[in-house]
Amino acid sequence: MSDELKAAVAAGVVGSQETFRKLLESVAEVARAIFGATASSIFLLDEETDELVFEAIAGYGADTLLGQRFPSSTGIAGWVLVTRQPLVIEDVTEDPRFAKDFAEGTGYVPKGLMAVPLLHEERALGVLEVLDRPQRSQFSLVEMDLLGLFANQAAIALDLLRRARHAEEVLAESGDGADIVARLATTVENLEDERREAGLRLLASLDEVLKSNEGG
Amino acid sequence: MAQPDPNQQGEPQPRELRPAWSLPAGASADITLPVEWPGEVTRDWAWGGSTGGGVRVCILDSGVDREHPLVGGVHRAVAVSIGDDGETVVEEDNEGDLCGHGTACAGIVRSLAPDCELTSVRVLGAGFTGSGDILLAGLRWAVEQRFDVVNMSLSTTKRQFAGILHELTDRAYFRRTVLVASAHNMPVESYPWRFSSVISVGSHEEQDALTFYYNPDPPVEFFARGVDVEVAWMGGARIRCTGNSFATPHMTGLCALVLGKHSDLTPFQLKSVLYLTSSNVGGGR
Repeated sequence: MSDELKAAVAAGVVGSQETFRKLLESVAEVARAIFGATASSIFLLDEETDELVFEAIAGYGADTLLGQRFPSSTGIAGWVLVTRQPLVIEDVTEDPRFAKDFAEGTGYVPKGLMAVPLLHEERALGVLEVLDRPQRSQFSLVEMDLLGLFANQAAIALDLLRRARHAEEVLAESGDGADIVARLATTVENLEDERREAGLRLLASLDEVLKSNEGG
Repeated sequence: MAQPDPNQQGEPQPRELRPAWSLPAGASADITLPVEWPGEVTRDWAWGGSTGGGVRVCILDSGVDREHPLVGGVHRAVAVSIGDDGETVVEEDNEGDLCGHGTACAGIVRSLAPDCELTSVRVLGAGFTGSGDILLAGLRWAVEQRFDVVNMSLSTTKRQFAGILHELTDRAYFRRTVLVASAHNMPVESYPWRFSSVISVGSHEEQDALTFYYNPDPPVEFFARGVDVEVAWMGGARIRCTGNSFATPHMTGLCALVLGKHSDLTPFQLKSVLYLTSSNVGGGR
């Protein structure tokens, strides 16, 4: 790969992770709002450790649960992941053991929850959960279809995030400093007018200094 | 001495000596159906008086809590895992249900067919990694064991497994093992519910366990009760759930009821009976 191409790829990779994470958070937030729920979470399957990770949270738990992990086949999210089947539970508190486990893990016991697997092409990437939507007389299959649509969006966002994360890891591991250069370029690119110009001047000066050292 | 030419004999060859893909002249008397098919297939003919007795049902899932009052005991339980050599292993299972899903399915089957014989094959719950191989090994074992009905409230999206799964579901079909599989309501390809050799099930919103519909617009073939269903849960509890996972064991239970009364039905005939007794076909009679 030529240096120019490397630089272009690196510039595309750096910073995209944060954008995709925001997209994921946005999906969780819209799902929470549409269903009028207390919270909504998106879990990513970490295939290396065989764990589910809280990747995006809207509503309750947003500041405490992010990044928490648990085994991939436990809990409601685990069922949904391994069976690839969406599930709605009306009242989880009827099971004291479940409530206790859930409370110990998250500090919050939902009454009801909807969970759907995040499937992209042939991969199962994670799970979307919507907690404590308002109780109605009966759950409707139209809501299940709506949940499926959100799941599709979340799965695409999760796939982008996963790819961006992987690309950044590859870049960091390449060891030629391309990630540092790309990060610097992205930072300068994101600066406002005057600071951006100043940043560019600084980089140009740095370039000259480095070149003069090379020559001498 | 020259062998007699079978075509010249007055008596047709016994059925087991003939190739299965041909029917010589005069042999049609040999393939009369063991089941006397009525002029009109009604629900009363199909399963009236049946409790599913003598029917062997397999729950391919996360295990089953045999102590749960809604499950009413389990005949046998095995667990599939990946051994040290990387090969799948099927062993007796004493751990019960690891997450509750299989127990919920078993309880629904039992509620419809109280006298059927339940066997649990645990293929879920030991982590996500390797779950496709474990699922395949569990299904292969179930087909070899010649269960009458296998409940599969699960699916896989891995295309690498689709071919083998297809072969297995066809083998089950021809060995008179009926596979009942949950359909997806999401825009992804998953298996084995899409195969025509299985009975695929989605949900309707009605509350009657015996209301089920034939779908003239497959791949989902039947809709059964799957919304707000009271199911067996971990620790002896009950809980209300929604999902195709719970519609599927309703169809499994119905299959067990029909086979309890008409044990000779092939999967094709059983599916035909289900069609004829569906709520939108002849189920009202």
